[in-house]
Amino acid sequence: MSVERVSVTKEAEKVIEKLKEKYGELMFHQSGGCCDGSSPMCFEKGDFKTGFSDIKLGEICGCDFYMARDQYEYWKHTHLTIDVTEGRGASFSLEIPMGVRFVIKSRIFTDEEYAEIQNLA
Amino acid sequence: MLYDRPEFKDSYDNFIDGKFTPPVDGDYFDAISPVDGQPFAKVARSNEKDINLALDAAHKAKEEWGNTSATERSILLNKIADVMEENLEFLARVETIDNGKAIRETLNADLPLAVDHFRYFAGVIRAEEGSVAELDENTVSMLVPEPLGVVGQIIPWNFPILMATWKMAPALAAGNCTVVKPAEQTPVSIMVLMELIQDILPPGVLNIVNGFGPEAGKPLAQSPRISKVAFTGETTTGRLIMQYASENLIPVTLELGGKSPNIFFENVMDADDEFLDKCLEGAAMFALNQGEVCTCPSRILVQESIADEFIEKLTERVNRIKRGHPLDSETMIGAQASKDQFEKIMNYIDIGKQEGAKVLAGGKAWAVANAGGNGQSEVESSDTMVATGGNGNGINEGFYVEPTIFQGHNKMRVFQEEIFGPVASLTTFKDEEDALEIANDTLYGLGAGVFTRDMHQAYQVPRKIKAGRVWVNCYHLYPAHAAFGGYKKSGFGRENHKMMLNHYRQTKNMLISYDKKAMGFF
Repeated sequence: MSVERVSVTKEAEKVIEKLKEKYGELMFHQSGGCCDGSSPMCFEKGDFKTGFSDIKLGEICGCDFYMARDQYEYWKHTHLTIDVTEGRGASFSLEIPMGVRFVIKSRIFTDEEYAEIQNLA
Repeated sequence: MLYDRPEFKDSYDNFIDGKFTPPVDGDYFDAISPVDGQPFAKVARSNEKDINLALDAAHKAKEEWGNTSATERSILLNKIADVMEENLEFLARVETIDNGKAIRETLNADLPLAVDHFRYFAGVIRAEEGSVAELDENTVSMLVPEPLGVVGQIIPWNFPILMATWKMAPALAAGNCTVVKPAEQTPVSIMVLMELIQDILPPGVLNIVNGFGPEAGKPLAQSPRISKVAFTGETTTGRLIMQYASENLIPVTLELGGKSPNIFFENVMDADDEFLDKCLEGAAMFALNQGEVCTCPSRILVQESIADEFIEKLTERVNRIKRGHPLDSETMIGAQASKDQFEKIMNYIDIGKQEGAKVLAGGKAWAVANAGGNGQSEVESSDTMVATGGNGNGINEGFYVEPTIFQGHNKMRVFQEEIFGPVASLTTFKDEEDALEIANDTLYGLGAGVFTRDMHQAYQVPRKIKAGRVWVNCYHLYPAHAAFGGYKKSGFGRENHKMMLNHYRQTKNMLISYDKKAMGFF
């Protein structure tokens, strides 16, 4: 497959590698809802239990990236890039104490890309 | 008028076992005021050790507190309310600096509602009773409510004192001890409140531990020493907390936000009167608290027959929302609670534009001139302005976004995702059926609004909306007496209303036989 649903910036990669040194294998789950919703959240692998209600969108730096299936229905036409930015967020996500936070940058898929993505799902 | 900025201490410790207690490992973090983007106090950066100290204190206190009379607990909750009321203006100023919201709201909503909340629960426990039923002539069943013991409560940052009160007041009224973890974005105002009320409750009954989610929130939510966990926040953390609770087999209440529809039927335009004015205010309510409300009416649904005229009146109304320094009594919209939040909102405004939604109002960041004490604050808007900048002209680095209205369709991401900012997405509908379909086409079901002059619509439409709170011909009222909570992915359990007491209690059934004779089985 040539089209990916998630990608990661170099800066975010560096933070993920640092977190891996401290916590071991990691995973991501894209949040929705109130307060700190719509943020990608990083946990130790297995700490957050995924299930049938989740869809794996891809991998970043060897970490699985999930989203709730019903939420994906509304997000499926956007490509997501996981980036990192200065400033503390608020949630259980592991990068919070480092004073940085992961963020999602979104871009609408082109029609061609979207056709390919639909074959994936 | 410009209210004075309150004085803060250099640092705030945890409140554990009735005393201000430094974090075990001695670490602190900076609390940043969204008003100017500057750090204004240090706050305890706690971890599992501090959570355990708080849980030790709570467990030590629970037996005695759980056996106090309702009268005694009621008196103490009323005392808390009285002290808050005596210090209302001070606490309102503190809350404005901690959270960024306009002083008009902290003075007239956050603090008065919190005071009333303590009084409401102080009141209902005096009138409340268990029940007794005579099951047959010799058998009596008694239902006696008993406190759960020690509970964990995780607070959001949008109404720091009020949301803490929504959780603490019923838990304490029901006879529980609690360990509270405030949000790391707004950790200070609740500590200032604790300074004022520290001597009222017995030591260990109410404990506040500050810190970051993964370091302090997680060990609290995961602890096998709590009997319940209550959380307000987003869906991923909500699920995580529920997973931890499942490991400990304890109950949870979750309040996880929404994407609330606010519906305007064509008859609202039948007259240009007081009621139409109320409807327009109702639509503009998306800007209340900078849109940082779980029930923010962030989807405006307007019947297409009145759309053009309604939109014209609404945008005119929204453009009149007065921006300014949050401590200025004239200011209607202040700062977003954090840089984090500010950037997320600006990102969504960008997504909305990319998706082709039309900007009807706002759409930009703005900055406020540093309040000089001349009683006025000036604002400046810019497409490119970012909170981190500051342009050297006395413009500060706070986190400000214009009230923004998009027009588009309900499948767009700005119609489906909770932006948690002063951004509403407007779309039109043909008839009642169409309105309901759009209203219910969302993952969430927390709030909704229905504005109509038709008495049939005013009852039938709300009943068909899948949401826990439907405001009819009003919006954003939060009386303590009205149950509040979500359907669908907005969570479960309720806050407010005396039914909350049972969210923090067990039911003890004593089944008593007054028959002297054996049953005859053995």
